[in-house]
Amino acid sequence: MTASEMNKNSTEWICGKCGEPLRLNKVNVSYLGSGYPVDLLTCPKCNRALVPPEMALGKMLEVERLLEDK
Amino acid sequence: MDQRRLHELEEQCIQDCDPPCTSRCPVHVDVRQMCKEISAGDFKHALITFQKSVPFPEIIARTCDQPCQALCNREPLGGAIRMADLELACCQLGMEESLLSPVTGRKNALVSVIGGGLCGMTAAWELARKGYRVVLFDQAEQLGGQLWGLTDAQLPKEVILRESAKLKNKGIDLRLKTRVDLNAFDWAQYDAVLIATGVDQESVNWLEKNRQGNTVIDPVTFESGMSGVFCGGSLLHPPSTITSVADGKRTATSIDRYLQKVSLTASRSSEGTQDTRLYTNLAGVLPVFAVPPADALQGYTMEEAIAEASRCLVCECMECVKVCTYLSELGAYPRKYVRDIYNNLSIIMRQRRGNKFINSCTLCGLCGEVCPTDLNFAEVIVQARKTMVETKKMPISAHDFALRDMNFSNGPRFALTYPAPGEGKCDYLLFPGCQLAASNPEYISLIYDDLVRLVGNLGIMLRCCGAPAQWSGEETLFAESGAVIRSVWESLGKPKMILACSSCHQSLKQLIPGLETVSLWEMLLKNEALGTTRGGCTQEYKVHDPCTSRYEPDWQHYARAVIERLGVRYSELPMSRTLTECCGYGGVAWLANPDLVHKMIQRRINEDNANYITYCVMCRDLFVSEGKPTLHLLDFIYGRDISALAIRKPPDYSQRHENRIRVKQRMEKRLLVKGDWKMETYEKINLQLSSEMRDLLEARLILVEDLQKVIEHAEASGEFFFNKNNGHSIASFRPNLITYWVEYEKQENSYTVFDAYSHRMVVGGDTSI
Repeated sequence: MTASEMNKNSTEWICGKCGEPLRLNKVNVSYLGSGYPVDLLTCPKCNRALVPPEMALGKMLEVERLLEDK
Repeated sequence: MDQRRLHELEEQCIQDCDPPCTSRCPVHVDVRQMCKEISAGDFKHALITFQKSVPFPEIIARTCDQPCQALCNREPLGGAIRMADLELACCQLGMEESLLSPVTGRKNALVSVIGGGLCGMTAAWELARKGYRVVLFDQAEQLGGQLWGLTDAQLPKEVILRESAKLKNKGIDLRLKTRVDLNAFDWAQYDAVLIATGVDQESVNWLEKNRQGNTVIDPVTFESGMSGVFCGGSLLHPPSTITSVADGKRTATSIDRYLQKVSLTASRSSEGTQDTRLYTNLAGVLPVFAVPPADALQGYTMEEAIAEASRCLVCECMECVKVCTYLSELGAYPRKYVRDIYNNLSIIMRQRRGNKFINSCTLCGLCGEVCPTDLNFAEVIVQARKTMVETKKMPISAHDFALRDMNFSNGPRFALTYPAPGEGKCDYLLFPGCQLAASNPEYISLIYDDLVRLVGNLGIMLRCCGAPAQWSGEETLFAESGAVIRSVWESLGKPKMILACSSCHQSLKQLIPGLETVSLWEMLLKNEALGTTRGGCTQEYKVHDPCTSRYEPDWQHYARAVIERLGVRYSELPMSRTLTECCGYGGVAWLANPDLVHKMIQRRINEDNANYITYCVMCRDLFVSEGKPTLHLLDFIYGRDISALAIRKPPDYSQRHENRIRVKQRMEKRLLVKGDWKMETYEKINLQLSSEMRDLLEARLILVEDLQKVIEHAEASGEFFFNKNNGHSIASFRPNLITYWVEYEKQENSYTVFDAYSHRMVVGGDTSI
């Protein structure tokens, strides 16, 4: 399985530091002073979030470009 | 760019200027448009186009003296376009759908037109269209004036009757068989008057009597010495029907302005016959002979008219657009583009949709070279980028990767100067440039050795010339980079710089006034052994000049001289020397618009089937990356396997860094200099990367060192996510303004990488970036 399939198989990922299985959670992402919440797999203990490639190369890239041109 | 500069630039682009035919026509008939419509068989719209300038099209079609023909670009290539015949064809084949001019807002003012010839008819028509009440006097029984003196063959009487009848439908008060005595005329009854009596002694006397100082008739407004009284037609000019129509239109405009109480003279310089600045390149246009109507009395058949109109060259300039993939991409031309750029720079709150366009130019300057008015669009773009940087409106990602690459080259892993500052001077200083070192690290020390044998006291400077900063509009960074180079150069005794890259030459010339330079090619020619060890090549190459050598005839000359000395057969591409095209690397356009750069490369490499030879490594690398066998002239001197080198896959971004490091190490060893840097811990991390993964990293602008930093951080901190099913780990690290993610698996002594990607957004926490 690649990271791109990770949301569908959330229970397969565990936090390397805390040992906790990741769970979907609302996380704020921001750029150039603008932010919005997204659903990301996060560690329930340390709150670190995993950004999957389709989000980084898709929605995030799109928003980055929009904000940079603003 | 302020508004004044915008207007200067718009004015400099001549694409919107009228073609010679239209500019010579006193009423500016849109000949180009008419010919387009006729050649498409659309006589209806061609007639409408004609009627926009001429209210009585059939009279003009049959009587016009065709000033349009005098400067027609078709004239020497088969004969000028037979416009009058085409106009007549429009009247005959498109008449049933003729234009019915709408009347705009009724007005109370009453205008008298004295004289019902073509000038008076035209003025009455135009004034009635504008909503004025018009009284038209003529002493004859019919409108038409001197038209009745033409033969039936020139102008059938029924045409005069048919065309003049249009005025009755306009609600004009026609007072025929009424001679007006100007000396007894009731001027006060009318708000304005036009005298269009033709050559008439009484009118001439009246005008003389009412002159104001030296002025009988104002040359722009055609107003007489009496305010509100205008005159036109053959009273002023030798008889010409098209001039009479032009006078009728001009006086109608003057009367309208007079009655509206606005300036009679403002913005009227474009009226009447003009000289055009439009340039049309006729190279390669084949002669096509004019099509006379088979039946001269009947005029053109539809087929004949279409054939004749199709000969029209539809004159335009577009010289820059024709040679530039970038300028042709959006289907417009500089006059429009400068306005778009100005608007983009002026936006305060909305989305700046022009950013990508501004950052997609390679700044090669070919547009300026081919422009008949020397408009160099690259200069407009450079200025726009500088403004965006100054106003903090430049998108961060537009040039970030190239600037970090520049930063790397000016950092401890590549930058090197020897003799070191303060420790010695030299007569010559080799500045090979960062990309030659990145592409062919093995050549640098060989070049150095050859040059040492030639000049003795030779220094070397490894770093970036600053071109990426200049291309990005980062003036401060460019100047700072230049200050470092200048300071080191001065400390070395201001040696003559030997340059291997014409882009470096462009940058350094600007940065260091008084810098003496010489191309590596000129120096290599001094080596008598050059070319003696390699046999001549059998195949013939085409020479591609790098765009930054466009105005460097010495570089062009000596590069060819080296090629000749090497026994390599070559010939020229059609676009070479000052007309050479950019490979796509210039201006950092490859970052903003890789798809466009792909088209640029394809355009250049498909101009000839032969393999290319060039003297810029980036030109060579980009051409080869798109499948064109290309060699750098240094490949013939220092390369081993020419055939393999011509198709060698260029190093990726990471390998370019590694190669620069290798060059520095090799030169330090060669010069017995102790290195001033140490290996970072992350560099010891051994990665397993498939060739597909390397290609992916290249496309995503991710360096191997970025991955190493992520894994080092993950393994040291334990901050990674682990997949219990497949044993993969995924981790991120944000060493700068970018967060890098790597999916990997730890092996015994290495890490196998499965995916890598990045984003600029910040996840959680800090929202300041």
